[in-house]
Amino acid sequence: MADIAARNPAVIAGGQRSGLHKLMQRKSTIAFLMALPLILLIAILVAYPAGYAVYLATLNKGMTRFVGFGNFEFLFGRDTFWLVVYQSCLFAITAVIFKAIIGFVVAHFVHNIPSKGQRKWRGMLLVPWVIPPAMSTLAWLWLFDPSYSALNWILAHFGIGNIPWTGEAGWARFSVILVNVWIGSPFFMIMYLAALKSVPEQLYEAASIDGATWWQRIWYVTLPMMRNIIAITALFSLIVTFANFDIVRVLTAGGPLNSTHIFGTWAFRVGIEGGDIPLGAAVSLFMVPILAVAATFILRDITKRGSEV
Amino acid sequence: MVSTKVSRRRFVAGTAVASTAVVAAPFVRSAYAAGKLSVGFWDHWVPGANKATQELVKEWADKEKVEVTIDYITSQGNKLLLTTAAESQAKSGHDILAFSTWLPSRYADQLVPMNDVVEPLIKANGAVNGTVEYLGKVDGKWLAVPATVGSQIKGPCSRIDLLKKHAGIDIQAMYPAGAAPQADAWNLDNFLKAAEACQKGGNPFGIGLGTTSDNVDAAGAFFHAFGAMLVDAKGNITVKSDPVRQALDYYKRLMAFLPPDAPSWDDASNNKFLVSGQGSLIMNPPSAWAVAKRDAPQVAEQLWTHGFPAGPKGRFGPFLPFFWGVWNFSKNQAAAKSLITFLSQAASAEKMVIASGGYDLPSFANLTTFKVWAEEAPPKGTLYHYPNPHNHQTLSIAAAPAPHKIAEQIYTQAIQTQMVVRYAKGEAMDKTLDWAAKELEGFTRN
Repeated sequence: MADIAARNPAVIAGGQRSGLHKLMQRKSTIAFLMALPLILLIAILVAYPAGYAVYLATLNKGMTRFVGFGNFEFLFGRDTFWLVVYQSCLFAITAVIFKAIIGFVVAHFVHNIPSKGQRKWRGMLLVPWVIPPAMSTLAWLWLFDPSYSALNWILAHFGIGNIPWTGEAGWARFSVILVNVWIGSPFFMIMYLAALKSVPEQLYEAASIDGATWWQRIWYVTLPMMRNIIAITALFSLIVTFANFDIVRVLTAGGPLNSTHIFGTWAFRVGIEGGDIPLGAAVSLFMVPILAVAATFILRDITKRGSEV
Repeated sequence: MVSTKVSRRRFVAGTAVASTAVVAAPFVRSAYAAGKLSVGFWDHWVPGANKATQELVKEWADKEKVEVTIDYITSQGNKLLLTTAAESQAKSGHDILAFSTWLPSRYADQLVPMNDVVEPLIKANGAVNGTVEYLGKVDGKWLAVPATVGSQIKGPCSRIDLLKKHAGIDIQAMYPAGAAPQADAWNLDNFLKAAEACQKGGNPFGIGLGTTSDNVDAAGAFFHAFGAMLVDAKGNITVKSDPVRQALDYYKRLMAFLPPDAPSWDDASNNKFLVSGQGSLIMNPPSAWAVAKRDAPQVAEQLWTHGFPAGPKGRFGPFLPFFWGVWNFSKNQAAAKSLITFLSQAASAEKMVIASGGYDLPSFANLTTFKVWAEEAPPKGTLYHYPNPHNHQTLSIAAAPAPHKIAEQIYTQAIQTQMVVRYAKGEAMDKTLDWAAKELEGFTRN
């Protein structure tokens, strides 16, 4: 009977239809189809440019022949490149640490504000993050302006002399990190606030009954409960901060003496302004393997902890 | 016989296809010549200056029956640079595009040779200066046509009153309106003395030492005045030479009299410094004067644009030309050449110069004596010497005469100002020269 049914074309067609029907009814298929526009968008706007950048990075300066890792080898011999590596790491790591600390502290303050007025504070504290960075950095540029610095004007009232905010390497580094922290802290604050709100109140009550101090409650209850959020936020911010462009470009354009260049601004200087697109592409791709390894470890740790829970 | 009346729009649409087939044919006023043309002009700083090119293009388009679209592309935020790079990569875009200083040589392989346009223009309008030839002509081939719009000399713009008060210099007597300069005493030594006097008087010279164009251009002219080349025309690294050492020594002394934050200056800093009334001299085209005329008339009344101080190897003024080029993927090259030729005629150039309030500079020798420069005020004659009408100074560009691919890197990475700041901040001369030599060595790679 089954043999007969299998040989019947109508039955076979019906079987295919029902197979397709079943496939279309599977949750994973629906999920895939719904995500397809986004996948295509990412393929066009992210994967293709990234692949093209890899291709460009393997060409010679005139873009006429394949040089393999030649551009990277060349970069490793340049002092300026290592200065950029140093500055990028200093910029990203310092900024992420300060953003995390400030975000953590402010999140606690906001968490302890009575819920009636909390929304107002949350909104106000998010302002630096929601303003387009190019615009807010322009405002900072005016505050740091060599001739008309409002900050120096205020400091002068306290008898403090002019500070070369963007004119001296140390101060310029401080300035770009400061602006990055100012813009990025609200993101940490809002993520940590969400994590704080999800910590069960009973855990704190139990800790209080056991006689835990304020510090012990933070160390043994809050931090372990927020670990995943802290890791993800730090990783996300680290990647974004390493890839920063606008703050440095607007504030210092990498100066003075290349002391504030990070990968993005240096790649732009070399590739677009200097006309060496393959070298610029190589500069911009340098951090990809390092960040990819870091991301893999952090995300694997999070998955492990997730399954432990 | 059926007669069909074709509207201009339909005629243009119909001939657009035909015109693509004759891209290499010389442009003649015929049905083949019509078609579409897209132009990307540099978006002028001076309000209303774009109107001149708009009107001129319309005049040409009406006469030649070509449908022209114009995009004014700002150089703010490197928009024009990015557009050029994108069009080059995509091999698609405007037929005519404004190319800034180093871009003709960067895109040499993708530009249509312009000898048939430039050579007749030189015959009609006089020779172009050496800098224009260095930037626009490679291996005997003109890559683009020097454009009036956007081309500029970044010579000194001084405060008449402050130079007199602090340094005892009558700059108007040295550079009298309507007459040849009497500026033999305007040399680097006296310039340094004036810088010191003005700094002590509370109105320093505002010469930036950052990495943007104004800073690099000024440094380039000072280096040229000493005959200091980082790389010679053959591509040999010549940074460890006496003229370079002399230039660095001079700059170190000069830097002591400049504002302490000069290493962080961008192209707006010097303008603001002058317009605020603090500065007594900057190196800039008349844009700072134009802003002062609007925002600080009392400052504008005291401004005088003039020539560079002379050094041991001569008097050099920084010149930054713009070019109009045609991509080799342009579909209407003949029409593009015709339009550029029209825009480069003396009458067209004068119209552009007037619209820009004297800012724009034609690159041809016979076009530097338009009335507008003598008449602009206040004070009357303030721009008379701006176009270098008496060939008082050699127009130059930083990093020349190095081969273009190296020179462009020297320029965009501001190697000269970086050397100056390093040395002036206490680094040993040899260490600075070693650093520069290593950077330059990197620029020579192919």
